[in-house]
Amino acid sequence: MLSFVVKRVLSAVPVLFMVAVIVFMVLRLSPGDPAVMIAGPNATSEQLADLRESMGLNRPLLEQLVIWLGDIGRGDFGTSLVSGKPVTELVMDRLWPTLALSTTTIILAVAVALPLGVIAAWQQGKWLDRLVMAGSVVGFSVPVFIIGYVMILIFARKLGWFPVQGYKPIADGFGEFASRLVLPSIALSFPYIALIARIVRTNVIEVMGEDYIRTARAKGQTERGVMTEHALRNAAVPIVTIIGVSIAMLISGVVVTESVFNIPGLGRLVLEAVLARDYTVIQAVILLFSTIYVFINLSVDLLYGLFDPRIRY
Amino acid sequence: MTTTPDSQVVLSVEDVTVDTRPKGQKPIVRNISFDVKEGETVCIVGESGSGKSVTSMAVMGLLPKDALQVTGGRIMLDGEDILKVTPARMRELRAASVAMVFQEPMTALNPVKTVGDQIDEVLRLHTKDSPAERRKKVLSMLDRVHLPDIERVYKSYPHELSGGQRQRIVIAMALILRPRLLLADEPTTALDVTTQKQILYLIKELQEQEKTAVVFVTHDFGVVSEIADRIVVMNRGDLVETGTRDEILTAPKKDYTRMLVSSVPSLIPRREPIAAQPKVLDVISLQKRYGKKGLLSDNTVLAAQDINFTVHKGEITGIIGESGSGKSTVARCVMRLTDPTEGSVVVNGRDIVPMNNLRDVRKQVQYIFQDPYRSLNPRRTIGQSLMEGLINYGMDEAEAKKRVGETLELVNMPASVMNRYPHQFSGGQRQRVAIARAVVMKPDLLIADEAVSALDVTVQAQVLKLLEDIRDNTGVSILFITHDLRVAAQICNTVVVMQKGKIVEHGAARDILANPQHAYTRALIDAAPAPDWDFQNFRPATAAVAV
Repeated sequence: MLSFVVKRVLSAVPVLFMVAVIVFMVLRLSPGDPAVMIAGPNATSEQLADLRESMGLNRPLLEQLVIWLGDIGRGDFGTSLVSGKPVTELVMDRLWPTLALSTTTIILAVAVALPLGVIAAWQQGKWLDRLVMAGSVVGFSVPVFIIGYVMILIFARKLGWFPVQGYKPIADGFGEFASRLVLPSIALSFPYIALIARIVRTNVIEVMGEDYIRTARAKGQTERGVMTEHALRNAAVPIVTIIGVSIAMLISGVVVTESVFNIPGLGRLVLEAVLARDYTVIQAVILLFSTIYVFINLSVDLLYGLFDPRIRY
Repeated sequence: MTTTPDSQVVLSVEDVTVDTRPKGQKPIVRNISFDVKEGETVCIVGESGSGKSVTSMAVMGLLPKDALQVTGGRIMLDGEDILKVTPARMRELRAASVAMVFQEPMTALNPVKTVGDQIDEVLRLHTKDSPAERRKKVLSMLDRVHLPDIERVYKSYPHELSGGQRQRIVIAMALILRPRLLLADEPTTALDVTTQKQILYLIKELQEQEKTAVVFVTHDFGVVSEIADRIVVMNRGDLVETGTRDEILTAPKKDYTRMLVSSVPSLIPRREPIAAQPKVLDVISLQKRYGKKGLLSDNTVLAAQDINFTVHKGEITGIIGESGSGKSTVARCVMRLTDPTEGSVVVNGRDIVPMNNLRDVRKQVQYIFQDPYRSLNPRRTIGQSLMEGLINYGMDEAEAKKRVGETLELVNMPASVMNRYPHQFSGGQRQRVAIARAVVMKPDLLIADEAVSALDVTVQAQVLKLLEDIRDNTGVSILFITHDLRVAAQICNTVVVMQKGKIVEHGAARDILANPQHAYTRALIDAAPAPDWDFQNFRPATAAVAV
C-alpha cells in the first residue's frame, strides 16, 4: 500500500511541471510582443523597454523559464499588471471564499446524494425511486442562477432568514460566515446532488446483482448489513470518481454562483482579470486550478486503492 | 453410503411449485418432492432450464423476491416449514442450519474484503463469540478445508487466491456453523478437473465428519456417478424420476433419463488416427511470449514453447489442457489472431507467420468460439452474418445466399432461418449457426475453441456428432481445443496434451487416453470424474474393454 501511495504521489510531480511550463509558454508564444500585450496599445517605446527589462523579457526563453519557475517555487507570481499588487496576495485573498463555498457545497451534495441514491436503489422501480430520479432530472436541468435567484427571493427577501448576498470571513464570527454560505452552497449543490445520486443508484443496483451479495444473504446477513457491509464499498470506486469530477466542475462553476451571490472569490477574480487582460493574475489562477485538479485526481486514485484492494498495484 | 434406514430426514421437499411473479403461463418448477437424510448426498441433475437451481434457491429462501415465488407445497427443514417462518427466523436458519456453496468461486466472494473477515462475518451474525474466539474458529476451519499457510490466507483478498482455494473458502464459510443441510449448486463446474476432484473429496470428507445432508445440483453425470447416493432427475420444471445412483445410471426408467445419461461422453477413446493424407497444418517449434522484456526486469510470460504437431486432412486433433496450459494461445497463433514469438505455422504448405496479408489464410482457417451467445452479432440476421465472409471474398450476393442455405442444411437447420436474429435461437442452435458460419467459407481447417463446453450434454452430443458429420462430408480438419477429456475421447483422432505452455504428450487418442505415459496425463485422467463408467451403454467401463 505504501509503495502505491508513493508511486501515485511521485507521478503527480511531472504533471505539475508540465502544467507550469505550458502556463509559462502561453504568454510567451502568443502572437505579438508580450510586452505590447501587457502594456497595452498606447504604451510608449520607453515604457515597453522598461517593461522588458523589469520582466526579463529580453533574456533567452529558457533562462526566463528557469527564473519564472524559481519565482513560483517561492510563491512569487509577480505583480498584477492592473492593480500593481502582488499576485500571490490577490489570489490568496480570493481563495478562501471560493474554497469555503466549494467545500460546503460538495459536502452538502455528497451528504444528500449518497442516501438518496441508496434509497432509490433500494426501492428500485417503486414510487420513492421514481420521485428521486424525477427530482434529479429537475436538479440537473435548472440553471444554478435561476435556483439562486429564486432562493434569494424566498429565503432572503420574503422570509428574511439569510442575508441576501455577500461574504464575511470566518474571523468575523462563525454565524456571520456560515449564514452567508447557506443559500449559495444549496443553490450550487443541486446539479451535483442530482449527478451523484444517479451514479450512486446505478452502481448500487449493479452491485446488488452480484454473486457475493447472494452469498452475504446466504450467510444470514440482514438487508441493511448487505447494503452497508458489502454493497456500498464495492460501489465506491465509480462514486468516488464522479465526486472527484464534481469537485473539478464545481471549481470552474463557481464563477456564476459568485456573481449571483456577490461573493469575492476566485471566480470573480478570473472574470475581472480576463476582462482587464491581467496576464500575471491569469497565469497564477490557471496554475492554481491545474494544481487543484491534479490533486483531486491524485486523491481519487488513492481512494481507489483504499476502497478496492485489487487496485493497489 | 453413510445413511442407515433409521437416519433422520433433514430436508423434505413436498409438492413444491415455484412460479414467476406476476404469474406466468406455467409455473417454472412444478410439484417437486424429494427427501434428503442426514449424511446422504442427493444429486439434482438436469440441463439448463430444468429448474434445478431454482429448487435449491427456494430451499435457501433466496429466490429473487420480485421475480419468483413458491406458490405451493412445503419445504420442511428438520420439521420446520421454512416457507412459513418469518424473515428474521429464515436469516437465523441460513448458514446455521442450511448453507450454500455456489458455482462461481470467482464472484461468490466480496472482492474488497479479506476472506478471513468474510468467514468471520458468519460467526458475527450467528454467535456471541469474542473476536479472539472467532478468529480461532475461522483459522481452524481454514485448516479443515486444507488451505496452506492459514494465517496468510486469513488476511488475503479473494483475488490473491486461486479458484480452487476460493471454493475452499466458500465451503469453509458454509460449514463453519456445522449446518444440517448443505446445498451445493454446481460447485465444481468452473474448476479444472484436478481441482474439481479435490473439492468433491473435501465436501465428502466434511460431510462424513458432521453427517451433513448434501443436495448437490449439477449437470455433470461424471460428478454424479462419483458422489451421489440418490439422484433426482429434472427436466423443464418437472421431476422426471428419482432413484439410487445405480438405478438411474444402469437402468433408467424414463426416456428422458435414458437420453440424458447416454449423452454423456465416456472416456473410452473411439477414433483411430488418420495418416495417409496430406498435412493441412504443421506447427513447428512455436513459441509465444506475452509482454515485453524490460531493461532490468523480465515480466514476460512464456505462454507456449516448443510446440510441434501436425494435423492431416480430415483429422480431428484435440489440444487438451487445464486453464493456463496455453492451449488457447496455440489456437490463436495458428489463426494469427496473435503473432507467435518464434516458430512456424505451416498451413497447406505455406508458412503463415511471416505473411503480412492474411486474406487467403483467413479463408482457409476458420474459428468457432466457446460462447454461442456472444459470438454472433445480435443486430444482424443469421443470413447477414453468414454471408458477410463470402461477400468479403468477392462472391456475389445471390450465390452467397445459395451457399449459406446449403450450409445451414448441413448443420441441420432449415435455410429459412436466414432472416431471423440470434436471440431467437437456443444455445445449441446458435452454436450450429456459429459452426455454419465457419463452414460456409469451405475452410481446410476449423479451430473449435471449447466449442461444446458451454452446452448441455444432450446438445453437446448432437454438436459433436455434427462436427464429425461435417468432417466426413467435407474432409475438413479440426483442431479441437478442450479441457474435457471425455469430449476429446469421443471425437479426436489424435491428441496433444499441454501443461504450463508445453506439450507433455502427443499421439493417437487411443494410446494417450487409454495408456498415458506422462504423469500429468495420468493425473488428468484420474481426476476426470467417473473414468470407469460407460454412460452410453449404462454400464461400468470395465464391461466395454472386452468389446
